[in-house]
Amino acid sequence: MTTVPFPHEHEFETQDLMINMGPQHPSTHGVFRMVLQVDGEVVRDVVPYIGYMHRGGEKLAETMDFRQGIGWMDRTEYLAQHNAELSYVMAVEALAELEVPERAQWIRMILCELNRLSSHFMFTGAFGTDAGIFGTAFVYSFREREVILDLFEEISGDRLMYAYFRPGGLAWDVPDNFARRVAEVLKSTRQGIKDMDGLLTENEIFRARTVDIGKISAADAIDWGCTGPVLRASGVPLDLRRTEPYLYYDQLDFDIITGTNGDVYDRFVVRVEEMRQSVRIIEQCMERLRPGPILPDRLPRMLRTPPGEVYLRTEAPRGEYGIYMVSRGGNRPHRLKIRSSCFANLQALRDMTIGSYVADAVVILGSLDIVLCEVDR
Amino acid sequence: MRGLLKSMGVTLAVFARKPVTREYPDTHRPLPERDRAFPLLLWDHDLDEPFCTGCHACERACPVECMTVLMKDNPNHRTQGGDSTRRKIVDKFWIDYARCMRCNICVEVCNFDAIAMNNTWQGHETSVYDRADLIQDLPQLLAEHKAGAIKPWVPQ
Ligand code: SF4
Ligand code: SF4
Repeated sequence: MTTVPFPHEHEFETQDLMINMGPQHPSTHGVFRMVLQVDGEVVRDVVPYIGYMHRGGEKLAETMDFRQGIGWMDRTEYLAQHNAELSYVMAVEALAELEVPERAQWIRMILCELNRLSSHFMFTGAFGTDAGIFGTAFVYSFREREVILDLFEEISGDRLMYAYFRPGGLAWDVPDNFARRVAEVLKSTRQGIKDMDGLLTENEIFRARTVDIGKISAADAIDWGCTGPVLRASGVPLDLRRTEPYLYYDQLDFDIITGTNGDVYDRFVVRVEEMRQSVRIIEQCMERLRPGPILPDRLPRMLRTPPGEVYLRTEAPRGEYGIYMVSRGGNRPHRLKIRSSCFANLQALRDMTIGSYVADAVVILGSLDIVLCEVDR
Repeated sequence: MRGLLKSMGVTLAVFARKPVTREYPDTHRPLPERDRAFPLLLWDHDLDEPFCTGCHACERACPVECMTVLMKDNPNHRTQGGDSTRRKIVDKFWIDYARCMRCNICVEVCNFDAIAMNNTWQGHETSVYDRADLIQDLPQLLAEHKAGAIKPWVPQ
């Protein structure tokens, strides 16, 4: 944690000031409120308030059958929808013991990695804005994200709420020009990563705003339950794609990116490097993609699962996105719990922020890359 | 200083690139055929009646319960002296576009390929001043395909 000396500590008594930030604040990435207790410019305490976006999503999903629930999963995680759907459909498949055809699995992997790219682009842009580079980084990253969303639209028909995965496979096959379009997207994405990298990583102003800010040690990050890039930036090489391979990640060759310092800058760099790894993964997936069915041969019109329970987690762009599902038989979950990566990552905010300057609180919050819909469900 | 110059190099390189912006209300991006706006009912041009039999399958499968379907005996059925093979046909149909979450489930469950997602820009630009105007009734739902204004894409 950064320790900024409290300048007036011994000279004279000052009164701490409470500053309310949010819920309607452009840099809170959604509807998030934090009350900062500041001593001059230095943050003494942070009290985060969440729940403004609470829609009772877990209960709602219990009223929906397994196909209807997919559309709802998109809405819990609106920047990494494919990853959220993946956890859900894989949990259903585990309960119903469905075999998924190979082609469907590869396409799922490609789409999830593309989704990781689009989500990280969103992060780099929004984070650039948080760090004070107003507009430039944001607009550049949106241009790149747009290319990926266009591809998603051509595949699934929607730009944001894809509802494309199904228990057992995919809703329908990808268009015939899929391989060519992915290659096009990767080409522009590679350029985009280079742009973001060149724009920010070495930029002295950006580094001055981010290096050694909001540090968290590996032990603390583990204690708070952080996952994903936030944890890896502290030097813990935990990536579910490698430690608990799902889909066909065990057949692929990619690196787990870790940082050393656990500060805001490392969290940024880890994500940028991760994007390069995603590109690598997609290229390998495209080589292995073969024609074939995308749904199992015999799939009932209304999927029912035997009684049982399952906890299934996948590596979403923000960390571990887990679904705990209890079934008592029937066509809908009896209980559904979403383990939200952002919710856990957000818990570390207080530890990271205390002792830093007010202006850095925004940067630290941005570096966690939270999606409030996922925090509140 | 090196990093700053590098950043400026990037912005300069982007400055030289072709712009990707479209002036939205004036120019419309062509939409892919799978684009999903709101669901529409399809018109059987051969028999001059809707494909929809009013079977309620979509109504039951809709996650947000935004559809209402009523069925009637088809006056155009063979036994009634017509030339249709549909014994039952849709009587009334409402879809509340304000509630619809465009999930495509109704299209998937329909056994008669009677419903499809609107894949035109008109489907996306549905702003109204009163929410009640977003509740579409049968003639409104059928109008576009009847007039041949959309080429629907139905999976499989
Ligand atoms: S649209 Fe299809 S599923 Fe819905 S009532 Fe008509 S025929 Fe049945
Ligand atoms: S698209 Fe989904 S929400 Fe909309 S009417 Fe069809 S089933 Fe209902």
